[in-house]
Formats: sequence, C-alpha cells, structure tokens
Amino acid sequence: MQVFPCPYCGPRNETEFRYIAAAGKTRPDTTQPVQDQDWARYLYRQRNEKGAVREVWMHLTCGELFVMERDSVTMEVLGSTALRDGVE
Amino acid sequence: MTRYSAFAVFREGLRRQKGWKPAWRSPKPKKAYDVVIIGGGGHGLATAFYLAKNHGIRNVAVLEKGWLGGGNTGRNTTAIRSNYFYPESAALYDFSVKLYEGLSRALNYNVMFSQRGMIVLAHSEHDMEMATRQYNAMRLNGVDAVLMGRDAVRRLVPVLDMSLDARFPIHGGVFQPRAGTGRHDAVAWGYARAADRLGVDLIQNCAVQGFVMEAGRCVGVQTSRGEIGAGIVGAAVAGHSSVLAQMGGYHLPIQSYVLQAFVSEPLKPILDTVVLAPALGTYVSQSDKGGLVIGGGLDRVPAYGQRGNMPMQETVLGGLCEMMPALARVKLLRHWGGIVDVTPDSSPILGRSGVDGIYLNCGWGTGGFKAIPAGGYLFAHLLATGQHHDISRPFDLSRFASGALVDESAASGIAH
Ligand SMILES: Cc1cc2nc3c(=O)[nH]c(=O)nc-3n(C[C@H](O)[C@H](O)[C@H](O)COP(=O)(O)OP(=O)(O)OC[C@H]3O[C@@H](n4cnc5c(N)ncnc54)[C@H](O)[C@@H]3O)c2cc1C
Ligand SMILES: [Zn+2]
Repeated sequence: MQVFPCPYCGPRNETEFRYIAAAGKTRPDTTQPVQDQDWARYLYRQRNEKGAVREVWMHLTCGELFVMERDSVTMEVLGSTALRDGVE
Repeated sequence: MTRYSAFAVFREGLRRQKGWKPAWRSPKPKKAYDVVIIGGGGHGLATAFYLAKNHGIRNVAVLEKGWLGGGNTGRNTTAIRSNYFYPESAALYDFSVKLYEGLSRALNYNVMFSQRGMIVLAHSEHDMEMATRQYNAMRLNGVDAVLMGRDAVRRLVPVLDMSLDARFPIHGGVFQPRAGTGRHDAVAWGYARAADRLGVDLIQNCAVQGFVMEAGRCVGVQTSRGEIGAGIVGAAVAGHSSVLAQMGGYHLPIQSYVLQAFVSEPLKPILDTVVLAPALGTYVSQSDKGGLVIGGGLDRVPAYGQRGNMPMQETVLGGLCEMMPALARVKLLRHWGGIVDVTPDSSPILGRSGVDGIYLNCGWGTGGFKAIPAGGYLFAHLLATGQHHDISRPFDLSRFASGALVDESAASGIAH
C-alpha cells in the first residue's frame, strides 16, 4: 500500500487519491474558434513520461486538487504542491 | 530446421532428444533492412511473419530490447474473444479469432488455442438488459453469442456462488462459445520461428535508442548494437510507445499503466471456461497445468514499473473469493505486472505516426493478445502497401482529431 502526501491533509493511503491529468495542459481559449487539432491535443495527447512526472491529482477525501511529482518507474513521490497557490 | 510433428516427437524420443535444432537463428544485425520492426512481442513478430508470408518482403528485422515475448505477450492471461460492441471492433477481433482458429497449422507450432468459451456475468436486472444489448450487438456483428439465464450459467460453471443473497447475485450472462485461451509463449515463439524460417532476422538484446532522420524522413534507427538502416520502421512496443514517440518527435494519446495477473497452485480441473464478473472486477480461467489464471482491471496510478500494487490485488482476489467461495483457501503461486498502453477509447492505434517512415501498431492496452494475428496481418498490409486494410482504417491515429472514436471502454469493461 503506497502513501501519497496531500498538501492539506498530509500522508494518506493511495486509494484516497485519483489521478486527473498531466500538469501543464492549458484548455484552448473558447472565446475564439478552436481548431480540431488543438482540441484533440488538449483532450487526448499525453506526455506519458518514463521517469520524473508532474501530474495533477485529487485527494478524494478533501476534494482538493494538487500537483504531485513522482517517478513513474520507482513510484517514489518527489513532491506535492497545492494547486490553489496558482502553480499552474 | 526440424518440422514439428507427432512423428518428430516419437523419433526424438528414440534418439534421446538429441536431434532438435534451435527454433530460430541469432543473426548479427545487417547494415540495413527494407523494414525494421521495433518490439519482439506478439504484434511485432506476427507483423514480420505476415510481411514475409503475405507480401514477399523478407528483408526484415525485428529488434527486441530484451527477449522475444518478454513484454506483455508473455505476461497476459491469454483470453481470446471477439465479444465487442461496435462493428469496427467486432470486425477486427473476430478476424483475429478466425486466424487463431487456423494458427497452429499455419505456423507448424501448437499455440494451444482452446475454444472453451467465455462468459460475462450479469449481476442485476439492469445488467441483464445490458447483456441482452451486448448479445444483440454481437449477433448483428456476425459473432457467435448465447444469452444465458441463471440455470444455464449454473450448469456451465458449477463452482460459482449462485445464492440470491450474494453481494452481486448472478442473474445470467452472455457466453461466446468460440472464445477461449491460448498459450502466450507459444504464440510469440510460433510466429518467431515461422518468421525466421522465411528469412526474417530476429535480433534480441537490441534496444532502439533513437531514430535516424534524413530530410524529415526516418531512414533508420540507433540501437544498443549500432545504427541500422530501414526503408520503413514499424513500432510495436506496447507500454513503451510514448518513449519511442518522444525519440521520434510524434505524439500519442496513450497513458501507460500496470496491469496485474495471478496464477494459483495447480488444482484438479474445476473450471472449463473463462469467467468474467464485471461487478467484482475479476476474471478467471484454469490452465492446462491446473493453475487458476486470474486477472482484473488496471492499477489506478500511471506507471512504467513492471510490478503490481496492493489495492488492485485486494479487489481482484477478494472478487474471486466472492465469485467462487470454494477457492478462498487456494494459494497463489506467482503474481506479476505488465505495462499496458491505454488509449482514451480503449481501441488500438494502427497507422502512420505523423513522422514520415514511422508506422504504429500500439494502444492495445489490456486486450491485445487476442489481436496478435490480426494486428500482425493488418500492420504488415499497411507497411507493405502504405495503405490501410479496410479493417484497420477506423483505428488510424487521425480518429482523435476527427472525433470518430471507437469507444469500447464502456462496452467491454475490464474484460481483456
Ligand atoms: C497482466 C496482463 C493480462 C493481460 N490479459 C490479456 C488477455 O487476457 N487477453 C488479451 O487479449 N490481452 C491481454 N493483455 C494485453 C496483451 O498482453 C497485450 O495487449 C499484447 O501482448 C501486446 O502485444 P505487443 O506485441 O504489442 O506488446 P509486447 O508483448 O509488450 O511487446 C513489446 C516489446 O517491445 C519491446 N520494446 C520496448 N521498447 C523497445 C525499444 N526501445 N527497443 C526494442 N524493443 C523495445 C519490449 O521489450 C517488448 O518485448 C494482458 C496484459 C497484461 C499485462
Ligand atoms: Zn486532502
């Protein structure tokens, strides 16, 4: 059982967390017409890195989103930062 | 090379097994090939075989960073079926089942395809309605299917807990008689041996580390065993597709996850079909050696480490104990994980990568073992002709921008 750190609640069981997306994706500006390719890139394209990753996770228990940095091979957690403070 | 037959087994028995030859050569890589295939799993090996067999293209290399079939092909639970919902998927997977039906003969290698059938259970009235819908879709797609009520399910799988006060009582299910299991290693080895016999070079311990580009076109690969030129390159590396994409500068809608499986100690025959209980998140079959082969859904954390995690073990094994309480004291023998390449619509990607000269066979995710013959056949067609076969066309990478997804995730659930 792996323990993930929620920036608000501290270390908690991995089953309390949900992976949301890779960090750093920006939704296309919908006040302008958006090309199919741009929508597709936003919706579907994944970096899916082997090694260090930056991802948005949700702690389901408190409902907060945050950025977790991990290693996708060793599963080591390298850091977790609240999203509220305008990281992304 | 020795042809395998009952007679050969008998003759070698008399000769103390001294006459067997290696099943394939271990050649040094040549300077260049017409086609270089990256990944010596089932899909890569089958592609090489059909390139040589169907298209007469024999100057082909398969480059494998580890050993043949050491990826997901050698780690899967070997369920073979075509009980999909959409016509595009049914056409693809049923073509594959048909190829499996003749595969042992075509390869002169016993892949032990055993059409013992597979049942997907329904656990409520609503499930039963969905099962009926699934059954209708399968029949419309020309795939064999039987809708079963409680009694038929009880007769088919006596070891199931059929009590009405179970947490997920069994109302019935959809059975596909032509579904079944195969021997995963034999599929890899059978294609490898048959491809080698047609002149394909199988090169193991050869990791692709980069692409050689010339005027915007890929003309070869850099490997741990030097540079190898290529007329065209086909990538069939499953969970590592995104790693290659980063080297090649193309982009994929793929996320890699761990999928786990479990095998129990050998038991007397107790189960002669494949059983999937969607509500419990578990499926199980029994191998010829007697071991129960058990699987479930994906681990929830994106990952590249080929090992499992505890929460999913608990779900899968807990589910097994609920489904078949008689098995609760059975001991596990082995447990492992493979890295699977999951797409947003749970359908594979066959087609151009976006970089000239690089083609893709990936995105099979949790269910590409059953598709190895078709994937190889269709990918060979694509590499040889530059054009899609009608069956592979809907699975082009361009579907993500056009929105024509083949969204099987809802229709097939955790079934692999
Ligand atoms: C636990 C588990 C259970 C499954 N159960 C089923 C099932 O019941 N039914 C079913 O149909 N499917 C199942 N699957 C899915 C199925 O195993 C895969 O979809 C299928 O085997 C994919 O075959 P492949 O040839 O594309 O990939 P693989 O067999 O993974 O082969 C890819 C190869 O590429 C090699 N490679 C990677 N990177 C490089 C590089 N840079 N250079 C050279 N080589 C490289 C790897 O070493 C690997 O050998 C399961 C998978 C798992 C993990
Ligand atoms: Zn929290």
